[in-house]
Amino acid sequence: MSNPAPQPTAAAPEPTQVADATEAVVVREVERIFPGAKGATVTALTGIELTVHGGEFVSLIGPSGCGKSTLLRLIADLDEPTAGDIRVFGKTARQARVEQAYGIAFQQAGLLPWRSVAANIELPLQLHGMGAADRRARVAELLDLVGLADFAKHYPDQLSGGMQQRVAIARSLAERPRLLLMDEPFGALDEMTRERMQTELLRIRAETGAAVVFVTHSIPEAVYLSDRVVVMSPRPGRITAEIDVRLGEAGERGEDLREDAAFFEGVTAVREALHGPAAAAAAPRGVDVR
Amino acid sequence: MTTTTPAIRRARRWRVVLWGALGLIALAAVWELYKLVGPADGWLIGAQEGVTGSGIRLLPRTSDQAMPHAWEMFTRAAEPVTRAPGALPLGAVVLLAALVSLGVAALGWLVGVIVGFGLALLMLGFRIAERAVLPFVILSQTVPLIALAPLIRNWGSRLEFGAFSWESWMSVVVIASYLAFFPVAVGALRGLQSPDAAHLDLMRSYAAGWWPTLFRLRLPASVPFLIPALRLAAANAVVGTVVAEISVGFTGGIGRLILETAVAASSDPAKPWAPILGAVLLGLVAAGFVALLAAFLSPFRRQETVA
Repeated sequence: MSNPAPQPTAAAPEPTQVADATEAVVVREVERIFPGAKGATVTALTGIELTVHGGEFVSLIGPSGCGKSTLLRLIADLDEPTAGDIRVFGKTARQARVEQAYGIAFQQAGLLPWRSVAANIELPLQLHGMGAADRRARVAELLDLVGLADFAKHYPDQLSGGMQQRVAIARSLAERPRLLLMDEPFGALDEMTRERMQTELLRIRAETGAAVVFVTHSIPEAVYLSDRVVVMSPRPGRITAEIDVRLGEAGERGEDLREDAAFFEGVTAVREALHGPAAAAAAPRGVDVR
Repeated sequence: MTTTTPAIRRARRWRVVLWGALGLIALAAVWELYKLVGPADGWLIGAQEGVTGSGIRLLPRTSDQAMPHAWEMFTRAAEPVTRAPGALPLGAVVLLAALVSLGVAALGWLVGVIVGFGLALLMLGFRIAERAVLPFVILSQTVPLIALAPLIRNWGSRLEFGAFSWESWMSVVVIASYLAFFPVAVGALRGLQSPDAAHLDLMRSYAAGWWPTLFRLRLPASVPFLIPALRLAAANAVVGTVVAEISVGFTGGIGRLILETAVAASSDPAKPWAPILGAVLLGLVAAGFVALLAAFLSPFRRQETVA
């Protein structure tokens, strides 16, 4: 990462925000220890330091058990850290959740089977008391955004896995959040659908300008999507490297990027960071290893 | 995707009716067949010579007294209930009594559903309540109905305030609801606890409180568990009503009629079968009512086809 932190005035998407609030996520000294069997404890995360700038796409990558999903859940305030501090747009994680500062999508689309596609997308708006007419307009917008305008009245069981996930993404965008939290959203999809969804996500992200924290265990996925890849390792879960990839503006990244030399360079860098300290010593250009 | 046209659906419905009718005819045929080939005096093992009531009867008697012909039961239902002038046909008396019992059973079912659902909500809301209440809910069903009926009647009769006085039908309602609440409490609790962790996380991420989560997520998700519970509750309410009518001494219902006509079994063997068939009909109507309810709630049962 060669750039300093973005200037609050110039780079901030909304200049009216207070100083610290330009950073989408700030994680300081966070630790999460789960109580285990017979008094033993499991350290899921320790010494986590992470900053996600406004509008930035950051992937968390690492083997199973490295705490990447736990970290995401902490940011989402679905779980609480045992130590440390998490700020989302300058607010506590809890306040950010209550104020709907983020949208979230999981590996399982998690659509309510008794609700139509439109009604599923509408759910957060309905829960937060938006009027019926406004809801309808917003749902139509979102359906257009994810390319499902013709499927508003369908039910989740009538959709393919990729379409269900698109509905889930539309739902996560319903409240126009400036932060998207995604926990392996394409993990259950086949490779073809997955690549299409990745390109789709980049387009959506370019249109909304939201920051994204994206949990994955696919190296190509992380490199293709991200501005920055955060590499984690297990036992105890910690951040071992941060790698800048930034293969161009989100909206301009196309399918041909997957065959680009810069893409393979990024993949190599992340792989080396994941697979051992020996590789890290000979880090390629543009890679910052901590 | 459902691609059934209305015509196909109508044809299916008729097929269901046809199979139902065939089932009835088959039942009557089996009855008549056994009556034809079975030994007139049944089949006993270990019977002692000259001692009545000894031995174990493995096959029932097929005499006209024990097993009247199926058609006799139907023709008897059309004849007057007694030889007294102006007596209604037996069938009409049975239907009227069944209607009274249906009302009582429906009330018992409703009370049972409300109590059962209330308990399920209580157990959902408070972990401690689940631990404290659930064992008693299960224990409650081990108390024999026969032991309970006189108690409820006794307690009820002591209740008196203002113009209100305890009627015997109320005891029947209480006993019917006592049997009906159990499946609802257990089924509703399971249903309300059925949403995935991901769905609960989602509601939490929306900062939705307990009540919105209940109405938007838990209640709709509980429907597939609730329908079988309501059906069981309806069957229990009907059985509870029929048995409670007899043990409480409530007159006018089908249970009492079964007892009254049983006395006539020796002289008029087809007669006691009419109220028994009436009770069966009562059960069918109750089941049909729940099926109707299930049809209304069918949008919430989509996940059954997904899984």
